[in-house]
This record gives sequence, C-alpha cells and structure tokens, in this order.
Amino acid sequence: MRLNDLLYLLPLLVLVAAAILTMLAVAVKRNHRVIFGITILAHLVALAVLLDLRGIQASLPPLLMVDGWGVFNMGLILWTSLGVTMMSYAYFEQREERKEEYYILLLLATLGACVLVISQHFMALFLGLEVLSVSLYALISYLRTREKSDEAGIKYLILAAMSSAFLLFGMALMYAVTGTMSFPEIGAYLRSTQEIPLLFLTGFGLTVVGIGFKLGVAPFHMWAPDVYEGAPAPVSAFIATVSKGGMVGLMVRFVTETGGYRNTSMLLIFTIIAAASMLAGNLLALRQKNIKRLLAYSSIAHLGYLLVAFLAGNQLGVEAVSFYLVAYFITTLGTFGVVALLSDNERDADQLEDYRGLFWLRPGTAAVFTAMLLSLAGIPLTAGFLGKFYLLASGVNTQQWVLVIMLVLNSVVGLYYYIRVIAVMFAQPEQAPEARKVLHPAISFASGATMAALALLLLWIGVYPTTLVQLIRGLLVTFMASR
Amino acid sequence: MILAWLLVLLLVGGVLAWVSDRVHAQLPRWVALSVTMACLLITLFLWLETPAPVNSTDTWLLRYEVPWIPQWGVSFSLALDGLSLLMLALTFFIGLVSVLISWKEIKNRVGFFHFNILWVLAGITGVFLTMDLFLFYFFWEVMLIPMYFLIGIWGHENRTYAAYKFFIFTQASGLLMLLSILGLYFVHGAATGSYSFNYFDLLGTDFTPKTGKWLMAGFLAAFLVKLPVVPFHSWLPDAHSQAPTAGSVILAGLLLKTGAYGLLRFVIPLFPENAEIFAPWAMFLGVLGILYGAILAFAQTDLKRLIAYTSVSHMGFVVLGVFAFNQLAYQGVVMQMITHGISTGALFILAGFLYDRLHTRDIRRMGGFWAEIPKMGVMALVFVMASLGLPGLGNFIAEFLTLLGSWVANPLLTIFATVGLVAATVYSLRIMQKVFYGKRENTHSLPDLSLREYLIALPLVAAILWLGLYPQPVLNRAQASLEEQLQAYTSPLQKSSSSGQVSLKVLPPDSVLIPKPKGASHALK
Repeated sequence: MRLNDLLYLLPLLVLVAAAILTMLAVAVKRNHRVIFGITILAHLVALAVLLDLRGIQASLPPLLMVDGWGVFNMGLILWTSLGVTMMSYAYFEQREERKEEYYILLLLATLGACVLVISQHFMALFLGLEVLSVSLYALISYLRTREKSDEAGIKYLILAAMSSAFLLFGMALMYAVTGTMSFPEIGAYLRSTQEIPLLFLTGFGLTVVGIGFKLGVAPFHMWAPDVYEGAPAPVSAFIATVSKGGMVGLMVRFVTETGGYRNTSMLLIFTIIAAASMLAGNLLALRQKNIKRLLAYSSIAHLGYLLVAFLAGNQLGVEAVSFYLVAYFITTLGTFGVVALLSDNERDADQLEDYRGLFWLRPGTAAVFTAMLLSLAGIPLTAGFLGKFYLLASGVNTQQWVLVIMLVLNSVVGLYYYIRVIAVMFAQPEQAPEARKVLHPAISFASGATMAALALLLLWIGVYPTTLVQLIRGLLVTFMASR
Repeated sequence: MILAWLLVLLLVGGVLAWVSDRVHAQLPRWVALSVTMACLLITLFLWLETPAPVNSTDTWLLRYEVPWIPQWGVSFSLALDGLSLLMLALTFFIGLVSVLISWKEIKNRVGFFHFNILWVLAGITGVFLTMDLFLFYFFWEVMLIPMYFLIGIWGHENRTYAAYKFFIFTQASGLLMLLSILGLYFVHGAATGSYSFNYFDLLGTDFTPKTGKWLMAGFLAAFLVKLPVVPFHSWLPDAHSQAPTAGSVILAGLLLKTGAYGLLRFVIPLFPENAEIFAPWAMFLGVLGILYGAILAFAQTDLKRLIAYTSVSHMGFVVLGVFAFNQLAYQGVVMQMITHGISTGALFILAGFLYDRLHTRDIRRMGGFWAEIPKMGVMALVFVMASLGLPGLGNFIAEFLTLLGSWVANPLLTIFATVGLVAATVYSLRIMQKVFYGKRENTHSLPDLSLREYLIALPLVAAILWLGLYPQPVLNRAQASLEEQLQAYTSPLQKSSSSGQVSLKVLPPDSVLIPKPKGASHALK
C-alpha cells in the first residue's frame, strides 16, 4: 500500500476523523447543535471526496477494492446516513438521553458499512461488519429508559454475535479449502477445480447464515420486528437501509468475484431464501397493527424481492439491484422519517391508531407517507414502481418464472397492508387529538425539509428515471468489465 | 403535441383544483368544469378538423413521440386514431357530466375530490392514447389510485371494503399484464436485437404458440378483470354501488371501456393466432356474462347494484363481439362501448338523483314516483329503454351489430346471447316498474329535476338518441382503425380462419350500415 492509495480511502478517513472530532468536541462541551453540524459536514465532505473517485478502479491489495460498485454503494450509504442524521436532530432534541454520542455511533456505523462494500477480503469484510454491528448494538438501545429498547438491544447483540460466529466459521472453512481469504483468489481456485469440495460448500452455507441475518431475510428474520420496534425510529431507518444495503453490496461483490453464479446449489439456496422472505414478510405483515413492525416485515419482503434481481446475476440484474436499492432507501427513509416526525417524547408513533385521520390533520406529512407507502407497494409515479419494474425485467430476462410469479403475488398481498395504512390515514378522525407539544419550527425544519426532499426525489425518479439509470450504468462499467 | 397537452391540462388542472380549495370552496368545481370542457372542445375540434380516414393504410391522425427512458426503449409515445378519438370524446363527455353531478353531492374535501376526478380522467386519456406498452401500464395504474380514493373517501357505507376489493383485483391483474409486457419486450428484443416497448415495433413479433399463449394470458387477465368477464367480475358490483355517483359514472362509463379498448388494441393485433384459439372460450364467457349479469340484475334490490350487474351483462356483448373477429362485430363493440357509457352512466346519475332526494338506494322503498316527478320519469324511461335495446336508441345499434357479427363466427352462442336481450327487457322494465310505477309508499317530498340536473340529463338523452338514429359518423370514424386491428386476420399472408372476410360476403351490403370505404368520406363534410 502506497501513500497514494490513501486518496482512494479519503471518504473513510473523513468519517474516522469526524468521529474522533465529535468525540473531542463532546469532551469539551456538550452541544447538540454543534455535533449535529459536524456530522452533517462530515457526510458532505465525504460525499464531495467521493465524487473524485468515480470511474476509478483501484485495488488496494489485499483488503480493499475501490471500483464503480463500491463508489456507488458508498455514495448511497453516505446519502442515506445523511438523511438519517437530518431526521435525528428533531427526534433526539425532544428526548431525555444525552444526544451527542449518538452521532459518533452513527458515523462509525456508516464507516463500517462503507468498508463492507469495498472489501474484497474476508478480513476487511469482518472488520467492516463488526464496526457496523458493534455501533448498532449501542444505537439500538440508545434510549435506554424505554422498556422495549433493552430487549431490542440484547436481542440484536446475541443474534448478531451468533451470526458473526457462523460467518467466521464459514470463512475459516473456506480458507481451509482454498488457502486464501481474498475473493478473486477464491474465484480463481473455484475455476480451477472441477467439483466444488463439500467443505467449501459447508463454509459457504455457514456464511449465508451470517449474510442472511444481516439482510434480515427469512428464515433469519426473527430479530427484525422486535429490533425495529424497540430501536429509535431513525436507528430503525438506519438498520433497514444502510446496514442491509452494505450487506447487499458485499454479497453482490463476493458472489460475482468468486463466480458464485455458476454454483447451482448457491442459486437454489438463494431462490428458496428469496421466496421464503417474500412470503414470510408479507404474510406476517398482514395483521400487523404496529407501524414499525409492519415496516420491518415489509422490509423482509423487499429484501426477498431484491434477491430476484441478485439471482439474475447479469448486467441487468446488478443494475436492477442498484436501482432498487436507491428506490428502497429513499422510501424506507421516508417512512421512518414520518414515524420519527410524528413521535413525541413519550413514545414513538408506532401504533396504527396514531395515524387515524392524519390526512386531514397534517396533510403534508400524510401526503409524504402516502407517497412512500405507494412506492413500497410499487405503484407508478413513484420510484418503487420503477424499481419493481426493473426487478421484474431482470427476472423475466433470466426466466426465473417461479420467483417472478411469487414477486407478483406477493406484491398484491403487500398492497393490502400498505393501503390499509393509507385508508386509516384518510379515515375521519374520531375525536380531535390532544394538542402535541410542538417543537420550535426551526428544529423540525430539518426533518420536514428532508421529508419533502425525499418525496420529491421519489417522484422525480418515478417519473424520470433516466438520470439515475445513466448514473448507475456509468458507475457499473468498471465493475461489470472486471468480470 | 396537442395530445400531450390534453394530459398536461388534466394533470395540472387536477393539482390546481386541489390547491384552489384554499381560495374558495366552490373554485375546484369551476376549475374541473373548465378543464374537462376544454378537453372536450379540443377533442371535438380534432374530430371536425381531421377527415375520417378512408383506407386502413393511414389510420393515425396524430402522433407524438419523445424518448422517455431511452435506456429501456421506453418513449412517451401518443397516437390518435379514430377509435381513440371516439373514446376520448366519450371520456371528456362523461368527465364533464361527472363534475356536474358532483356539484351538490360532494360537500367535503371538494378540492381533493376534483383532483381525483381529473387524475382518473388523465389516466384514462393516457390509456386511450398511448402507443408504448410501458407507458400504457403506467397510465393503467395511474387511473387506479384516484379511483381508490374516490370510492374510499366519498363512497357509501361499505366504501372501505369496496375500495380495497377494486384496488386489489385490478392491481393483481395489472401486474400479470406487466409480466406479459416484459415477456413480449424480451422476446421481441431477443428476436430482433432492438429492445423497445413501442407498440408499432412489437406488432408482428414472432413467437411460438406456447409463448404466445402465456403472454396473451397476462394481457387477458388485466382486460378481462377490468371489463369484467364473469368469473372475474366480483369487484364490480361492490365498487359501483359504493362509489359516489361521479365515481360510479366514471367506473361504468369509462374504466370498463379501457378493458374493451385493451382487447381491441392490444390482444387482437398482438396475438392473432392465440386469440383465435381462445375465441370460442372468450365468446362463451361473454355469453355467460350476458345471462349471468342479467339474472343477477333482476334479483337486486339495491338500485346501484342492479345497474352494476346490467353492466356485467352489457359488457358480455363486448367480449362476444371482440372475439368474433369481423368488422361488423367490431363496429358493434365500439358502439356498445360508447352507448353503454352513456346509458349506464345516465342510470347511475338517475340513481344519484334519487339518492339525493330519498337517501336510499333500496328499490323496495321506492314506487309510484311518476306522478310526482314525471320529468325524471321520462329521463329514466329513455335510458331504461336504451338499456333494453329499443330501436332508435344507441344501444340497439350496438347490440344488433354485435349479434350480426358474432352470428357469423358462432351461431349457437349468438342465439344464447340474444336471449340476453330478452332478459335485459325484464330487468330494465323492473327498474321502471319498481321506482316509477306502483303504489306510492314513501312520503318524502320529491322535487323534480332542477336546472342543473336538466343540464346533465338533456345532453345525455340527446347523445343516446343521436347514436340511435344516426350512428354513421361514429361508425365511419372507427372503421379504418378497426380494420387495422383486424389486419392480421384478414390479410392473405397469414393463415387464419376467414371469419372476417366471410362476414362481408354473407351479408348483403345494404341490409345494415356496413360502412364502405368510399361512402365514408361524406359523413362529416
């Protein structure tokens, strides 16, 4: 590694520096606003630095690989994390806890996810994953006086540790067979053998457990609803987006670089996982009355949809994954953002009843939420529709009829619970709600503006996706060419 | 460009109507009224300005195309031919009427209501105009959500259930169509190397019969549910009876027509061979729908539900005609689409008038109204007669032509379909009998038609009479584009059962108005 290579890692370094700076700032004087400002600034600087990395394909052997796919994912993660930060300010301003450490943890978790998407080595993978996970343990139970948050934190801690153990053991087995921990070399090994050794397959299977846990796909999805419910709303948004997106980025890279698409048993495993996630997520969400749990189940289902494109494995498939990630991130941020916006200092607004008649009480918020839910349901004019369209296209293109039909059927099931929420919002409010404690407008401005921006972005991508498609294609050139 | 302006006008008008709510409570109504009026005028202007095409080589009056998502081969492609022009005229006419009937009925959230009305109309307009399958699906879905809100917010007592059912049925079937569209896209792309959603590119795509069967099934799913054809109709009575009057009118008058239009425009020309194999089944389903709808209509006590089931019955004729593959039947189908839109729309409006006065839709609680509201009675009589197919009114022409056409294709089923006409007489007369004749039990005071209601009723009556007495302009308009839809069946290049040609030979040309290419041009001059 040369000094020059540090340039490629600048976004990560910015995040690290910001985390340290925040820590020092907290030591000097606690000021929510300053810390918030530093975090925002760090994200913006990291994004600006990232701009220079477009079109670069730089290997930093043996651990990291900065290429189009990595840059795309880092950009997505940073933007999303920025969105989470924006909505956090108003949310934590009215909370009882000390607010400042939250931002340090958020920066670190973002850093972990960024490392994850550019890693091409088991060590880097594990490093990134643990940085992400450990930060998340603390983030999830950040509001520690709430009764549900401890439960959620402990649950996540135990299960995540367990899945990390699986992952480690799987990696160890693969290392035992191939004698290397770097993805390209594993790929080279696999190409040289006729039949994949059983031990390697076992190792791969154990890795799938670890990956599946992070993605929250069935049958490793049990933690999701409890954790989403117990965690503060912005953190739930973070788990649903950055943490999962980072893992998707890693998974695509790992499977592509090791040539996993030739491995039929891998395809079969993921097909089953995809189908199971769609079914489990949607069916469990049907009777759900808690919005955060409903969104948790819905995100299980959406990761199932995403796997359809992942399984396609060709250029179109990777494009579809990228596009869908963008659409899904915007939508998820938007939905959790609305939840955060409506939460008061007693509890999060997670009951369906909290939304009754919202359209007549707070039309703007309700309109954003409606748009987000329609996007989740895949209705035109929203990014979610084009995302789903992209997924279907990649599925039809590779003729995965079972999964495609499952996707369609599940979309219909999904529609039911999304429009149920919409119907509640449009219902007449039964009684005038008690006046909420209204924050200073300047405080909720950050959240409101973020929501508005997300909604506009959602519509813009839904109506004119050309720019995004171009961007994705441009970034994927290096990644796809390297295969 | 003018086609795109129609859409822009409706979409922007919708937003404007919503926003203008803040300024004044009545303003959205005027905005919506002027927008639909403007659209109607533009359409009529187009009708008068463009000559009816004389041969089927150049059926397109206007085209507009700009790339939209070039990476996927999606373009914003609109085109207007005789068929679309007729459908547009119907759309804006019905749209105008539905704004007018909501004037007094809708009292809360006026702005949002008119936003939804205009956006539904925009979706429908888009469906009738677009020549890009991606865009078609896009508009197909765009018209759902406002409709969902129309039913779900301003509907009657059981509105939530009805809105759900409507949304889920249509969305599920629409997604199947999306799969087929994608399948077609990739099949065409793999065969020719150019990936495009353009209708004109996709026409004449080669595929094996097996592939074609599945692709067609997806399209059929969407259109048959929307139409609806009998086993898939169960959303319709709920949606129609629970929607507010304007919603019911748009549902019956326009949304169902998008299904028929889809069959004509997409299924028939895209899948000629498969459609022919499926035809007997489709015609059977059509006849089943005619009879089943008629029987159920007779058994209803809810006036709006009754009318909803008559729609099921009438739409059976559309399916019957579409799958007869000949010009006569197609003329009938187009007439049926228009006249059914007007006559059933009018019946729903009537039900709305009665509901305004009585606050019930239960016909057991009506009776003997003729003495008190004779003017409304006359209006009802006209449309009841239209609904049962009385000569002189539009529906007669439609059903007669359809039956003539389908006789050539399948005499046996046509006989059963004709029985449906008798059944139509029974249920239609029942409306008249129960509501306007008999003993007066209800003691509500009943005002007769107001000026606004006159304004609504008279154009409808005029239109249905015009269509019944002088349908030639409509037939001329539709003829060329219908021939184009039938091209795959009549052209000698493709082997196909020659039902289309036979029909023209069997019938003496002067027995009915078979529009001959030459005689057509005089119609509007």
